[in-house]
Amino acid sequence: MENLAQIAMESVNFQAIMPSLVLCCFGMVLLLVSVFLERGRTAPICWLSIIGLVVTGIISINGWNDPQAGFAGGVVLDNFATFFNLTCLIAAGLTILMSDSYLHREGYPVAEYYPLILFTTAGAMWMASGTDLMTIFLGLEVLSVSLYVLAGFFRGQLRSNEAGLKYFFLGAFSTGFMLYGVALLYGVTGTTKVAGIAEAIRLMPDASSNPMIIAGAILLSIGFLFKIGAAPFHMWTPDVYQGAPTPITAFMSAGPKAAAFAAFMRVTYISLDSLQVDMSAMFWVLAVLTMTIGNFVAIAQKDVKRMLAFSSISHAGYALVGMVAWNEVGFSGILFYMLVYTFMNIGAFAVLVLIGKQGEDNLTLDGMAGLGYKRPFLGVAMAIFLFSLMGLPPTAGFTGKFFIFAGALKAGYVWLAILGVLNSAVSLYYYLRVMVYMYFRDPVEDFSWVKMEMATIVSILIAIAGVLYLGVLPGPVMELAKLSIF
Amino acid sequence: MYSNLWLIPFFPLVGSIINGLFGKKIKNEKVIGGIATIAIFLSFLVSCQNFFRLLGDTEKVHQQILGSWMSIGILNVEWGFLLDPLSALMIMVVTGVGSLIHLYSIGYMHGETGFYRFFSYLNLFCFSMLMLVLGNNALVMFIGWEGVGLCSYLLIGYYFEKKSAGDAAKKAFVVNRIGDFGFLCGLFTLFWALGSKGVWTLNFVEISENAHLLQSGGLLVTVVTLCFFLGATGKSAQIPLYTWLPDAMEGPTPVSALIHAATMVTAGIYMIARMNILFAMSPTTMMVIAFVGAATALFAASIGFAQNDIKRVLAYSTVSQLGFMFMAMGVGAFTAGIFHLMTHAFFKACLFLGSGSVIHGMHHAYHHAHLHDDPQDMRNMGGLRKFMPITWITYLLSCLAIAGMPFFAGFFSKDEILWWTFASTRGSYLVWIIGTIAACMTAFYMFRSLYMTFHGEQRTDVRAKDHIPESPWVITLPLIILAGLATIAGFIGIPHAIDVAHVGNGIASFLDPVFGQAQQLHNIGIPEDLAHNVGLEIGLMCMSVVIGLIGIGGAYYMYMKKQELPAKFTGAFPGLHKAVFNKWYIDELYDFLFVNPCKKIGTFLWKGFDVCVVDGVVNGIGWVVKGLASGLRYTQSGFLHNYAMIMVVGVVVIVGYYIFG
Repeated sequence: MENLAQIAMESVNFQAIMPSLVLCCFGMVLLLVSVFLERGRTAPICWLSIIGLVVTGIISINGWNDPQAGFAGGVVLDNFATFFNLTCLIAAGLTILMSDSYLHREGYPVAEYYPLILFTTAGAMWMASGTDLMTIFLGLEVLSVSLYVLAGFFRGQLRSNEAGLKYFFLGAFSTGFMLYGVALLYGVTGTTKVAGIAEAIRLMPDASSNPMIIAGAILLSIGFLFKIGAAPFHMWTPDVYQGAPTPITAFMSAGPKAAAFAAFMRVTYISLDSLQVDMSAMFWVLAVLTMTIGNFVAIAQKDVKRMLAFSSISHAGYALVGMVAWNEVGFSGILFYMLVYTFMNIGAFAVLVLIGKQGEDNLTLDGMAGLGYKRPFLGVAMAIFLFSLMGLPPTAGFTGKFFIFAGALKAGYVWLAILGVLNSAVSLYYYLRVMVYMYFRDPVEDFSWVKMEMATIVSILIAIAGVLYLGVLPGPVMELAKLSIF
Repeated sequence: MYSNLWLIPFFPLVGSIINGLFGKKIKNEKVIGGIATIAIFLSFLVSCQNFFRLLGDTEKVHQQILGSWMSIGILNVEWGFLLDPLSALMIMVVTGVGSLIHLYSIGYMHGETGFYRFFSYLNLFCFSMLMLVLGNNALVMFIGWEGVGLCSYLLIGYYFEKKSAGDAAKKAFVVNRIGDFGFLCGLFTLFWALGSKGVWTLNFVEISENAHLLQSGGLLVTVVTLCFFLGATGKSAQIPLYTWLPDAMEGPTPVSALIHAATMVTAGIYMIARMNILFAMSPTTMMVIAFVGAATALFAASIGFAQNDIKRVLAYSTVSQLGFMFMAMGVGAFTAGIFHLMTHAFFKACLFLGSGSVIHGMHHAYHHAHLHDDPQDMRNMGGLRKFMPITWITYLLSCLAIAGMPFFAGFFSKDEILWWTFASTRGSYLVWIIGTIAACMTAFYMFRSLYMTFHGEQRTDVRAKDHIPESPWVITLPLIILAGLATIAGFIGIPHAIDVAHVGNGIASFLDPVFGQAQQLHNIGIPEDLAHNVGLEIGLMCMSVVIGLIGIGGAYYMYMKKQELPAKFTGAFPGLHKAVFNKWYIDELYDFLFVNPCKKIGTFLWKGFDVCVVDGVVNGIGWVVKGLASGLRYTQSGFLHNYAMIMVVGVVVIVGYYIFG
């Protein structure tokens, strides 16, 4: 008995989950602290959670180039995980910065909000560092459950309720598929370890015609495809993104999506490596479908928040192009793109957070008319984020897309790259339309309600800095992304 | 050691950003001008530190790499700076003259609307110019190259409410783009040419080290260097792309002094000097450069004869002097060319600022008398000497310098160029003869402008006559400093023949690490027998002094002694005068040959092709996309069961395809 415990302790290695552990501790402590604060006082929790994120970030950075495995091979903290961890931490940080004034404006100054974001982030980190389908699933569920709550956080608002509920039902639905896939793979290979599955499949003769493996692989992928919002599993995104509190929408579109990509990439490239031809073909179709549907439907939107929701579908499609490429440039391109997307998309949402009135009914195209003249700073900031989302230089959106499409070209997927670029061209239409309203329409309103709230401005400024830095000097970060590939 | 190079372009960039973003709010002219001037002056201090450090250093080439800019496959580009004697000299000129002109501008631009805009642009220009000069690879240089073009455009069009200023700005931009096209072609060809030998690089040091891989005198090198030279003709206003520079005088005078005389227009010379190894490999290109330079020097000087606008005279003089520098480059006298670049920066900046001081005074007087005469027309001036003595003295000293009178700065540099055209292994007597004639003409028209402006009878309207003030100190101080430099700066390059005190040719030995290798390798230089022929060199020197004196004397005779002569002369040759006055109709010729046909093609493409075909297709696609979009949005019904249904269908289709397909 004693012997067994010793063995178990040795293989545990808390070092491997240190960042998420710290974050969880912060979350729990904050929950306790919030009990002692009077109702409606959220600012201390907000700042403490920022501190928690920074501490976790420092711990993560310290683990760079020092891979740690633990929990009997269920978790690994390698550069790949660290890169995604930092992306998620940045997403959470930017989100929290813009949240406090927003919660007060919308009338829900509830402190649990912040710990929930921290738990989501911790779940995202487990996904990124999970090397066992069980740990990945655990991370996914921690992340999802927290997000269900956050999406429906404004419990008096019908739209928020609808978002939470829809997300929960469809999420549960997709989890079913995913678990079924895990079960099938376990049935064939006898293991849930990512590396073990790869080994078993490699040793199997004609694995790619084994229906159990194929079905398992596809069903497992569908769980991830749901999370990243790829067509045809994207149906939840517009409704959920529109209904959820705006900072949460921003967060969902960046952090959890990045985590889903992380786990998806690890599982696909390690476990399903032998199925490359089939998987690539499937991703090809899904990438094109996702980009196209996202972009085309975005065109028809009048509500800017909903438009950005559809645009986030198309961006998941661009990132999927990197999955199709199945090479180093494509891999590192996804890592890079997720970071870029975090900055540009959260930045755009942060601008929306500032210009929204209570209830956010004014976030339509008409509501943006003349913003560029009435609020020059917000106009310029929005313009930068939109240019980046379009993928125009010298913003990060350009370099991000460049690396991803370069990966596809290198792997010989010329048509995919062409379709991707054409899709970017389509996206110009709806992004530029916002600019047209901001700068070429006479202001209907004077935007006098807009308070230039400090923390949100800081988050916008950080996002601008990120977008421009990664756009002008992509070299160093791209190097890091390359070093992060397993 | 040289780790603070980045500060040199950094300061003006910060100044530009501060004034650009907050200038409108600051409002106070002294603060705005102060920020900009201090920014460039700090750069000057850092430049001085690096310059003197380099002077005492045995290792002459230093690079500072800030980081990787892009790394895509074979293409690796860094943010890097290169400090060698050439760039060290250039940064001294740019920041030194730049500081003085910033200071001057505070006085000159006083009361202008958009004061902050002016200083923001001016700082941005300095930033770009310093990037151009300091860049350690061709792409960083190209950023600067385009940046100075942009700033030049913005500053020429500073008075954008005036149509002529807007037109001039556009013209400068378009003509420069033609040159930029050449630059880029050269760059791509060079990158490919060296790459095909296994060295993929844009770094200047590496280009120099590997240039020998290309065939010397071969077609490839000639094509590359000719492309680069086309770029240089655009930026440095040489035939055939010089036409924008005279029009660029629409900008405020300090801009003309800084950008269109002292710094930006010398970028072409600098670029050739920077890649001297490549140019040395192609005698054909060198010959083309020498003759284009000589032709430009002569041609522009001839137009300078008949201009009445004081700034236009100086503009053509600048084109002509740049021709001299190209002549120098073409005959392999790289050092002399850079030397002349430097002395020219001093005296021409001084002349421009002097003309600005005159215009400032004239403007003031006209304003006082409520007149709307042209304050730039020399026919309205005359006798200004007694009103603005400091301006007059400095203008006179600079005129003496540009005319090449002994021991003024221009004397040493111009004479060195002429000596090389005569004696160099790449020289040619024809170039020498043209150069000498152009030098004589320079002396003539420069003193013509001096006499018409400052001497003789005052022709200003009586009502304004006595209200012409001397300019304030912020204007005269830069004039005095520049005039002083124009007087003495030549002594850093005393030619061997008259070096009685044996101090040596300072600038030649300083720049030798940059040019020596190419000159040695390709046998460029003064042949032994001529190099020791002191008598010949001194003889030629005396001759060019005499020729300069003839020019000055001619101007004195025609514009002081017999003032009816010019009118008589134009009466005798009305056609010739008209042609010269109208700049040989080159602008009209270009309009006829290039501009109008281009416009016609453009109109056809617009009305015929664009409106019908392109718009048709685009609008058609737009309709299809919109139709699809509004169709697709109906799938987003909002019903949970529909969403789940679509997911299930997706799963079934995919799994079904793989298992049964």
